[in-house]
Amino acid sequence: MRRVLLVGSPNVGKSVVFTRLTGVYVIASNYPGTTVEFTKGCMRLGDEQVDVVDVPGTYSLEPSCAAEEVAVRMLDEMKGDDIVVNVIDATKLERGLNLALQVLSRRKPTVVALNFWDETKHTGITIDVPKLEAMLGVPCVPLVAVTGIGLKDLVGKIARARSSEQVFDDGRRWDEIGRIISAVQRVSHRHHTFWERLGDASVRPFPGLLIAATVLFTAFAAVRFTGEGLIGYVFDPVFEGLWSPLMMRLSAVLGSAGFLHQILVGDLVDGGVSFTESMGLLTTGLYVPFAMVMPYVFAFYLVISFIEDTGYLPRLAVLLDGFMHRVGLHGMGVIPILLGLGCNVPGALATRIMETRRERFIAMTLIAICTPCMAKTSMIVGLAGRYGASALVPIFLALFAAWLVIGFLLGRFLKGQSPEILVEIPPYRMPYLRHLAKKLGMRMLWFLREAVPWVLAGVFLVNVLYSTGAVGLAGQAASPVIKRLLGLPEEAVAALIVGFLRKDVAVGMLAPLNLDLRQTVVGCTVLAMYFPCVATFAVMLGELGLRDTVRSTGIMVGAALAVGLILNLVLGVVGG
Amino acid sequence: MMHIVSLVEIEVGRECAVWQFAGGFAFTRRIEAMGIRLGTKLVKVSGSCFGGPVIVRAGNVQLALGHGMASKIAVQVETDAEGDLDA
Repeated sequence: MRRVLLVGSPNVGKSVVFTRLTGVYVIASNYPGTTVEFTKGCMRLGDEQVDVVDVPGTYSLEPSCAAEEVAVRMLDEMKGDDIVVNVIDATKLERGLNLALQVLSRRKPTVVALNFWDETKHTGITIDVPKLEAMLGVPCVPLVAVTGIGLKDLVGKIARARSSEQVFDDGRRWDEIGRIISAVQRVSHRHHTFWERLGDASVRPFPGLLIAATVLFTAFAAVRFTGEGLIGYVFDPVFEGLWSPLMMRLSAVLGSAGFLHQILVGDLVDGGVSFTESMGLLTTGLYVPFAMVMPYVFAFYLVISFIEDTGYLPRLAVLLDGFMHRVGLHGMGVIPILLGLGCNVPGALATRIMETRRERFIAMTLIAICTPCMAKTSMIVGLAGRYGASALVPIFLALFAAWLVIGFLLGRFLKGQSPEILVEIPPYRMPYLRHLAKKLGMRMLWFLREAVPWVLAGVFLVNVLYSTGAVGLAGQAASPVIKRLLGLPEEAVAALIVGFLRKDVAVGMLAPLNLDLRQTVVGCTVLAMYFPCVATFAVMLGELGLRDTVRSTGIMVGAALAVGLILNLVLGVVGG
Repeated sequence: MMHIVSLVEIEVGRECAVWQFAGGFAFTRRIEAMGIRLGTKLVKVSGSCFGGPVIVRAGNVQLALGHGMASKIAVQVETDAEGDLDA
């Protein structure tokens, strides 16, 4: 099948163009490097079906880093009648042409798409498109991909793509570009806009750090408000008012006992269903993912997606770069770690934004150990919340301290250095709401697909562990560690076993054990740290390979035991 | 009077033009492809603090470069007759 390759510098909107052409949604955000792996979809071109490929961004076809090599390789593998759509940021024509001339010199059928055409107006740029077409020798199309303006024209011109016959002197490419620019582009003087001033202010230490604190605090408050609101006003009423009576009916039908009752409904607490303690597939198995975790995951992705699309994240990355170097990463490491706070799986995948394997190892280890995902966080807040701040503060403080210490040690003792940051800062943009809604929907779908089966598997495993008596045996075997080292009851071993599958179920399993304050803090912290959930583990295995994943896991287990022991001792002394 | 200094040394808000890249060929090519090359007019948006990056704007392109990279870019600035940078 013929292929259409979308090629361009990072953050010129290739992914949005891809979604527009194919109808296949891919995550796009306002920072360079969102697409790290090529995505394929298809579209109709006349009566022909063609493949469309979203190629990772590259500034040049003379690659200077691994991510750029992917793009070059894909161009090398093009067949004779494949087509290139070279997406250019129309407000950065000079730079776009540098890549365009390299693409054109490959003599493939090409169309140049001038994206962000709407932004040329307020940046005072006018481009003579017919003249540009003549000078480049290929069709050029003004485009606003996010709203779809110019899209029809683009599709029409893809069908008429041709290879350029213009000859450009590669050795004097910048002179050639200068010649084209002075012929086709006019720039009128203009004043800085409010957004540009804000953009400058938010990368300066002052008032940038103040802005960062405000943004992060507001984001946190918005997540909490939305999550709590959804649980309190939507999900709890639905489960308590509608689902609970239904489960009681089912329980009666099943005779209030027996194997099937145990698996589906679970234990009755005080003669009724307890969604947090019953541990049936249809009770706890549904309540945990849908009513306890999903509302917070939704709230988190709503807020983070909005922030992503404004273009704030690379600014935060730049601001924290100096600090991040102290934990073995550079500033862009902020992005995977922030995403990891939602779910560790996309967080671990986003570490591809980091250039070296060493940084990816550090970032992934830090995400898996001490970046509690929203599922963990919401369950921890649910469990430890009854002790209030006196339990929550030590838990999250311990995780943060572990993050600093482990990051510092890895940065210090792992061979190699963290490279310097070199990143483009996009302009602030108003998030486009339809795009935002779609991104949010996509992420929720991912979450449900990843989480619900594992939660059900976890709940099922709980039943197997208890009904076969395996918990007792495992508890005795692990007693020296669990009881002596961590000061937890032997039954907590079941939570540690289930924690390999899902952390939310595991934290939930601590609820019926009636832990005191010290045990709650130790239990939650150790559960959060000792191992990633199975989904994250699979991603790490794919990204790092077996050896490094085992190394990373070793660090996790060691760190979890060390932090658990320290907390146990310190809280034992403080609490008397 | 013209004055040649590194990008790290000039103060925030100042305009300058790229005069020389002191880094290797790969570094130069990479920076060029991102939109900064010899003669490009820059404004320094933010300085490096706590070893953090220097941020510059060239036209509509805004880049953050690590302290080490920024120190390898020599720029030309206008100064007053005494060669005082704070003119």
